[in-house]
Amino acid sequence: MRIAVAIDRVEKRFGSLLALAGVSLQIAEGEFFGLLGPNGAGKTTLISCLAGLSRPNAGKLTIMGHDVRSEYRAARRLLGVVPQELVFDPFFSVRETLRIQSGYFGMRHNDDWIDEILANLDLTAKANANMRSLSGGMKRRVLVAQALVHKPPVIVLDEPTAGVDVELRQGLWQFVQRLNRDGHTVILTTHYLEEAEALCGRIAMLKQGRVVALDTTRNLLARFSGQTLSLRLAGLAPIPQTLRAGATESEGTWTFHLGSLAEIEPLLATLREAGCAIDDLRLTQTDLEDVFLGVMQDNGNRQEGQRP
Amino acid sequence: MTGFRTLLYKEVLRFWKVSFQTVGAPVLTALLYLMIFSHVLEAHVQVHGVPYTAFLIPGLVMMSALQNAFANSSSSLIQSKVTGSVVFVLLPPISYVEFFLAYVSAAILRGLLVGTGVLLLTMVFAVPALVAPLWAMAFIVLGGAIMGALGMVAGIWADKFDQLAGFQNFLIMPLTMLSGVFYSIHSLPEFWQQVSRFNPVFYMIDGFRFGFFGVSDVPPEVSLAVIATSFLLVSAATLALLRSGYKLRS
Repeated sequence: MRIAVAIDRVEKRFGSLLALAGVSLQIAEGEFFGLLGPNGAGKTTLISCLAGLSRPNAGKLTIMGHDVRSEYRAARRLLGVVPQELVFDPFFSVRETLRIQSGYFGMRHNDDWIDEILANLDLTAKANANMRSLSGGMKRRVLVAQALVHKPPVIVLDEPTAGVDVELRQGLWQFVQRLNRDGHTVILTTHYLEEAEALCGRIAMLKQGRVVALDTTRNLLARFSGQTLSLRLAGLAPIPQTLRAGATESEGTWTFHLGSLAEIEPLLATLREAGCAIDDLRLTQTDLEDVFLGVMQDNGNRQEGQRP
Repeated sequence: MTGFRTLLYKEVLRFWKVSFQTVGAPVLTALLYLMIFSHVLEAHVQVHGVPYTAFLIPGLVMMSALQNAFANSSSSLIQSKVTGSVVFVLLPPISYVEFFLAYVSAAILRGLLVGTGVLLLTMVFAVPALVAPLWAMAFIVLGGAIMGALGMVAGIWADKFDQLAGFQNFLIMPLTMLSGVFYSIHSLPEFWQQVSRFNPVFYMIDGFRFGFFGVSDVPPEVSLAVIATSFLLVSAATLALLRSGYKLRS
């Protein structure tokens, strides 16, 4: 498996703030990779370093083996970035924007590919509309189109669905998934964890400029495996004393973390013997949100006191 | 070179799409200057033996060209920085030299276009001679290049529109207005003549005017040497700024 993106001990300071504290990651060709973390964790800084918008203070970044500083021409040609901010050039139409962007990457007579991207992003009808006249969702799609005009093998999407309606989000993901199936490497940052869970094969979690978790999505979910059982007793009765250890209560609802489904039966039997009547019962699977919160908390506790 | 060509095309298209403001307005302003000053002074003043209106025309052409060359690169950069669309030119594989050449060339083109517009319209009032067109061309192109490069510095340095306006109002405007557009510096008191000689724009105007009338305050070779040196200095500074990524790449 070839390496699409290699990030090696990258550090980035802004004044006294250490935005990236030695980040190392390797992303293989064809991966759908997620970059998660709370605001200010360094996701966008890392992407900026990869795209050449920011220059790291230490470390090395390569795209398909090309250093982003010393071989920036080759590296940038291989990378398509959808920026987080909804930016556009108000002077031009959608088609002009895409033709100009193609030219920047050394591609002339790119209209066949531009038409294809426009069709795929449902923008054909707006091809000759001025950028100013487009809705926010449309502008977002043009940003995606701009990142793809030079057919980059590696695509970075920095929170592309922030503020985008459900329909467009679905359409966008289908398109990006297809690009990924066609062999493009996709790196995604998002705040929507269910999105990352559904799309990404592997995930890195960033906190305060460090990678605090890096694994396949499946392994991350397994690490916090198990189910959560929540129940409420009739008349908001308390649960028997023997079950209280390990249970948490909130507004009359008791929550049990189960290692496996086999633990349900003895629990229910205890309740039955104690004569408790169940009013409401829910069983939920651990999702990425639980994992994310777990990792962030875990790491917060461990790092407390270590940081200045 | 496709990157350079496209960036130049984009910069030209950008001002051309709003040519009413970027070409039409400065031509009108120059025309107003000419009408007012020639009305007041035509009957009373001759400079270098040339009637005042004819003397004024090359100065106005050059002043308009220089101011608009500066405005082009500076406003393009500040706009794209403020709106964030500057990423579109930072993400592609365009070298800082190509970047420099594209913005400066577009600034020269806008200067030439505005200058030509001013010349054509003011010729309604007086037709200046054009005895050495190549000299005139050399001065307007080099002058536009210096102003285009200065505009890049200002556009990169300024974070807000009012900072750019400060640069324009307190540096570019005084330098261009006090450069001998409206007078020969020989009509000034000795002290102000000496001060004018430290203003590079004076040499641009004086050299450009030589192209029309074949007479000037200082020999055109001297003026050309001064502005060629200025161009090299300003270019070196601009290129160093671009290379360092100052305010463009964090």
